[in-house]
Amino acid sequence: MSVRSSIAVLGVLALVGLLVYGLVIKGGSRVAVGDPAPSTSLPRLEGGGEESLARYEGRWVLVNFWASWCEPCKQEAPALEEFQRQHGGAKFTVLGVDTRDLTDDGREFVREYGLSYPQLRDGDGGAAHDYGTTGVPENFLVDPAGKVRWLLAGPVDEQYLEEQVEPFLPQEKS
Amino acid sequence: MRAAISKAVGAWLALVAMAALAAPSAVAAEPASLTEIEKQVMCPVCGTLLQLAESPQAQREKAFIQRLIAAGRTEAQIEDALVAEYGTEVLALPQDSGFSLSAYVVPIVAFLVAAVALAFGVLRWRRAGNSGRAGPASAGPKGDDAERLDADLARYDL
Repeated sequence: MSVRSSIAVLGVLALVGLLVYGLVIKGGSRVAVGDPAPSTSLPRLEGGGEESLARYEGRWVLVNFWASWCEPCKQEAPALEEFQRQHGGAKFTVLGVDTRDLTDDGREFVREYGLSYPQLRDGDGGAAHDYGTTGVPENFLVDPAGKVRWLLAGPVDEQYLEEQVEPFLPQEKS
Repeated sequence: MRAAISKAVGAWLALVAMAALAAPSAVAAEPASLTEIEKQVMCPVCGTLLQLAESPQAQREKAFIQRLIAAGRTEAQIEDALVAEYGTEVLALPQDSGFSLSAYVVPIVAFLVAAVALAFGVLRWRRAGNSGRAGPASAGPKGDDAERLDADLARYDL
């Protein structure tokens, strides 16, 4: 192969590589049961500062991706709050992640539904992308070692939480 | 008379200069419009221009822009506020930094490479044409090949 042909082939390969790289960084792969949960650092929805899932190491965490404009999120919010009241403590917490939403709308949502569990803000959807979500709401139960043990692409209700999530949690409320 | 003409020309030039200086501030003072901003930003959830989106998230984004317009913010300030909320992906045009820069650079590089390749191709083609015309006409086969060719042609001689 002549030098000129080699340069042309390298040029085409470079362009194809660039396109593939662009596609790869755009599309995220979905986190599966058994995978380590992404621990993206995010700003708190209220109160300032940042935190990540690493802060909750040693606890079970139900990561709930939501947005104030999402109707199913409104339906599941009371069930999540009730579950947090029953099980929240040193060994478990619900962790809300307000994704691709306006800050003020997210804060209003938290006030309206009286949500007491911690809330993070994922304005550009980076964390949602890391988890491979395809919409809101989506729920991921992360064990104390930081691995995903259960997930649901859709809203939860009280019965679903009792049947699917509660069996994973330590028996005594802590 | 000449003094009057140069005075008039001077005054006219001064007016033109003042108008040119005033023009950018007049543009900057123009109030922001939802229709214009909608063409420049995305609905992050839908992945389309905000102008084309009707999803609940898009409605919230439009309401947010309208609130900022009502508060007297300029187009640039509103875009900055949207970036603060949704990140840089809310902008319809790619950023001119990082990987997004390739959106601008790659087409230019590809065009230049294609132009250079085309120029080389044309030069080679012209050179080949010229040498073909100037060269000897007896570029045919020689020796055994020439004899075989003559024999073949003779068979088709009508």
